[in-house]
Amino acid sequence: MRISCPHCGERDHREFEYLGSAKLLERPDGGDRAAFHDYVFQRKNPTGENAELWQHVMGCSAWLYVVRNITTHEITAVKLARDVKAAAR
Amino acid sequence: MHYSALQILKNGLTGNKGWKPVWRDPEPKKSYDIVIIGGGGHGLATAYYLAKTHGIQNIAVLEKGYLGGGNVGRNTTIVRANYLLDGNLEFYSHSLKLWENLEQELNYNAMLSQRGCLLLAHNDGQFDGLARRGNANLATGDDAVLMSADDVRAFTPYLNFDDARFPIRGGLLQRTGGTARHDAVAWGYARGADMRGVDLIQNCEVTGFRIEGGKIKGVETSRGYIGAGKVGMSVAGRTSQVAQMAGLRLPIESHVLQAFVTEGVKPVIDTVISFGMGHFYISQSDKGGLVFGGDIDGYNSYSQRGNLPMVEHVAEAGMALMPMIGKSRMLRSWGGIMDMSMDGSPIIDKTPIEGLFLNGGWCYGGFKAVPAAGAAFAHLMATGEKATWATKFNLNRFETGHVIDDEGTGARPNQH
Repeated sequence: MRISCPHCGERDHREFEYLGSAKLLERPDGGDRAAFHDYVFQRKNPTGENAELWQHVMGCSAWLYVVRNITTHEITAVKLARDVKAAAR
Repeated sequence: MHYSALQILKNGLTGNKGWKPVWRDPEPKKSYDIVIIGGGGHGLATAYYLAKTHGIQNIAVLEKGYLGGGNVGRNTTIVRANYLLDGNLEFYSHSLKLWENLEQELNYNAMLSQRGCLLLAHNDGQFDGLARRGNANLATGDDAVLMSADDVRAFTPYLNFDDARFPIRGGLLQRTGGTARHDAVAWGYARGADMRGVDLIQNCEVTGFRIEGGKIKGVETSRGYIGAGKVGMSVAGRTSQVAQMAGLRLPIESHVLQAFVTEGVKPVIDTVISFGMGHFYISQSDKGGLVFGGDIDGYNSYSQRGNLPMVEHVAEAGMALMPMIGKSRMLRSWGGIMDMSMDGSPIIDKTPIEGLFLNGGWCYGGFKAVPAAGAAFAHLMATGEKATWATKFNLNRFETGHVIDDEGTGARPNQH
């Protein structure tokens, strides 16, 4: 599996650290207990496309928003997580 | 038929014509008191204990493929009870006790081999951690022996003790741990369940649930609708998908775990060994193949095959621990899909839907849990109460803060 880092170009996935679902970008208010439980622990866990967070730890250190098919490992989009978060605001 | 030495002798002398198929191949009935989804180790064990211990007659196990064709047929067959935290401690302790009597219970040779299970430490911190773990096991009533480096050297002399990076500091041995014949466990429970009237229905995929007024009514399947008083999900690796059909979202991610086996070699490893640096564990099958594995690949996957970097990592760890295995050739490798829960521990609980029960989230510990999980899930489904050895595997523990994080890595399934 290879991931195209927007800064560094296409690299082997071993350069990247996987965090988990990109839903982690949407941190709810800490006072909303149910929403926070869902945020930390609950996952859709689809078999097809999933938006995920990876960090290019052995490259530019950027956090990336990666859309990957969980069954075929095909990657259809890579963006900077910063930009995705800014666009969502 | 009761299996015995006499039967083997009798059939051996009469051309082996007396052996009969071990279970029926029934057509599904219109409805059952209890339907178990998933004909793997856990599902079959659940059906067995529902019939045997709780005397329930009208049960079906629905399997989308063939019995024992999932993770119970794709694991590294290790049985042990050397966990650290309450919840896991008493559960695996109970499971090991059931393992020790399993063959007599089922009248089936599960080939349980209590050859010991050795965890290695490579520095003082790890050694202290093993001492703590051993004390927890002893306090639970299980077996644990803390070994110095010299003890380990006497026990497994072929390890690389003086590796410059990972010298062996000591180990923790559980003599009652070991391996079992994984397929035979599924077959033994299947036979026992069938003998007690359970319908084992293969090639029957559940495609939906019928839920009315928050209560389960039955399941839609590839072989038609089947009504059910209660339904239990026991579908390792696919738990999120099956639960989603009932509108549930779970604290589970699916990851792929690889395992490897070499060509058969003469007996060389007479125990189970876990390397403490990098995740690597190895044993030798009765056929002679070295069976070993490592970590999950590290990112969600449903592909049932692993990626090459983890193959390389596992091979490197193996070579660091026992350079002699570098001479053996790898015969095959495979990947299984794991329900990785958010704290690394399983869930055996009711769901918010009345009559729908969940047994899942076993990460890569499901095989050793088969007897106790089946018995606990059966107890829960039959009585509505948690079994005494499985009171803490609650679905809502993530909400209440009662997580059981044996590895201490937090809500990161790829780190467990």
